[in-house]
Amino acid sequence: MSGIPHDHYEPKSGGEKWLHKRLPIVGLLYDTIMIPTPKNLNWMWIWGIVLTFCLVLQIITGIVLVMHYTPDTNLAFASVEHIMRNVNGGHFIRYLHMNGASLFFIAVYAHIFRSLYYGSYKAPREVTWIIGILIYLLMMGTAFMGYVLPWGQMSFWGATVITGLFGAIPFIGEPIQTWLLGGPAVDNATLTRFFSLHYLFPFIIAGLTMVHIWAFHTTGNNNPTGVEVRRTSKAEAEKDTVPFWPYYVIKDLFALAVIFAVFFAIVGFMPNYLGHPDNYIEANPLATPAHIVPEWYFLPFYAILRAFTSEVWIVQFFSFITGGIIDAKFFGVLAMFGAIAVMALAPWLDTSSVRSARYRPQLKWWFWLLVIDFFALMWLGAMPAEEPYATFSLIASAYWFAYFLVILPLLGVIEKPLPVPATIEEDFEAHKSATGGTKTLPDATPAE
Amino acid sequence: MFKKLTLAGLLGLGLTSGAFAAGGEGHTEDYAFSFEGPFGTWDEAQLQRGLQVYTEICSACHGMQYVPIRTLEQLGYSEEQVIAYAESFPVIDPASNPELVDPDTGDVATLKPTDHFPANNALNAPDLSLMAKARAGFHGPYGLGLNQLFNGMGGAEYIASLLTHYTGDDKTEAGAVLYENTTYGGYFGMAPPLYGDDVVYADGTPATVEQEAKDVAAFLMWAAEPKMMERQQAGFVGVFFLVVLSVLLYLVNKRIWRPIKYGTKA
Repeated sequence: MSGIPHDHYEPKSGGEKWLHKRLPIVGLLYDTIMIPTPKNLNWMWIWGIVLTFCLVLQIITGIVLVMHYTPDTNLAFASVEHIMRNVNGGHFIRYLHMNGASLFFIAVYAHIFRSLYYGSYKAPREVTWIIGILIYLLMMGTAFMGYVLPWGQMSFWGATVITGLFGAIPFIGEPIQTWLLGGPAVDNATLTRFFSLHYLFPFIIAGLTMVHIWAFHTTGNNNPTGVEVRRTSKAEAEKDTVPFWPYYVIKDLFALAVIFAVFFAIVGFMPNYLGHPDNYIEANPLATPAHIVPEWYFLPFYAILRAFTSEVWIVQFFSFITGGIIDAKFFGVLAMFGAIAVMALAPWLDTSSVRSARYRPQLKWWFWLLVIDFFALMWLGAMPAEEPYATFSLIASAYWFAYFLVILPLLGVIEKPLPVPATIEEDFEAHKSATGGTKTLPDATPAE
Repeated sequence: MFKKLTLAGLLGLGLTSGAFAAGGEGHTEDYAFSFEGPFGTWDEAQLQRGLQVYTEICSACHGMQYVPIRTLEQLGYSEEQVIAYAESFPVIDPASNPELVDPDTGDVATLKPTDHFPANNALNAPDLSLMAKARAGFHGPYGLGLNQLFNGMGGAEYIASLLTHYTGDDKTEAGAVLYENTTYGGYFGMAPPLYGDDVVYADGTPATVEQEAKDVAAFLMWAAEPKMMERQQAGFVGVFFLVVLSVLLYLVNKRIWRPIKYGTKA
């Protein structure tokens, strides 16, 4: 599959040969699992497996929950309580599913920021990156619709606010909003279609995940140096890589076990920590909660949405030149989606010839500022829309755009990168001596 | 980078989850409950006292429609006791409700007594089934979520505190009497329900306002989260096995990488 030279599957027994001629599925699995992987991958390369497991966890727990859940505005809230009280193990399955969404987003943000730091999005991995962004967008859609299903107060009012964003689109906004909701307001038609799509999207995500893996198995993994694996001969390639099995399978499983231990502690001992108490009140279209706040994983983009009020000069400017078609609300919506769009364009906005920020002394600082900016936006998204938070939100939003639209293109020109190691092997050798590899190790008993 | 990002992530989670619960200006007193923390357990006697307070006082207005009466056995009652308790709830009489009788067959087809507590009796009295999870007693500081992380969400504390922190001041607004409460952080519609000695506890516990408030808060926490103990147990089992698995996988990982890293045999 990959362009890195390596041994391919050879059917040995008669049965294997018979099958291989007709369906080379064993060969496909073998080549996937034995793919040569750079041997210097660090712990930030575990998130892909964590994400895959999250998807599996959410699909399995979700399928069980569907067996007991009723998508009807009169019954949804009660059916969730039925799951919590009467279904065997239902309370734990639901809490796994609920907190599983949070774990999913923690992992995806770690995965995205890893790509941004080590330049994994850059050529030739642009397709992997774009598919990843699509998966992330689908995840947000799935999570948003899933949060509506328990039909609590935050479900209802969150749905009302977020679908209202589409209403901000000039001319066609309101028909689109009505079409999305299946009526003039969030009601039974909304609940049933969200339920249907909440069940569908994860399978689209699963399909895209396969394409995502296919794409980076074609280009080969990036690695902390950003230097490509040598491909001129198999012998050379083997100096830079190890097969995925068993080296990374075991390493990833170890990381996964640690992460799931923490996850189980949260589910077991504080399952509602990341939730909102208001969602334990049944949806009431006549009572608006004091603060409508989205789930934590939407907050950074929610902050960007709210940052652009009609007092901001850039909003006034656009409103003026478009004759008022782009008002503050629509500008906010554009900014929110734009924040993800500029991220998607990173492969073409980054002009540097060096991939990894490890060898980019200036980008490093800007990158960490972006991470801080992300958490600042997350905090601001949960704060009330008043001063001083509004100004902070505006500054933080501006930096988000500046990082992608100004810093990435400019740094490639003005930054002087540090020397990059010639090969992955060289980096691997240097690192292991730095971590105590030179000290003499007692010879372990050879395995029998 | 990994460490920094993890740390940032944890901080970020704390930051935002706290902010969710922000909003209440009132002060919640941090009462101690037996079910707090991973090792917490229910105090059965307290839950039974709490049920008594709910039955004799709160249920005059508030319903608890999501709680099945049969689950009261978890409070240490026998099946007979629970049946006897259930019998105290009136079942609709078909004779006085002819609209419930099928005109063709004479069946009382729609007459289906619920096995749950009744819904609310008074307008504007919210259902109490999930009240202990629908309120957050602890907030912040500064939307950082640290209070909730270390003290819990504080739903039971909020209820107990609300019942004990009336100032005695009231005012009339648009024909409704509102009562000042420092836990609520202003005036609201529920008159002080507890005055002390409102119930006579079978176990002889003195029925002070604070005692009654704490008992009913504990009971409502049970009503909102009846599977809390099962959940914590599952959490312990899960964490235990995953920690053991982590250790084993750590050792395996070290061993298989050794020849790659140091050129020695595994």
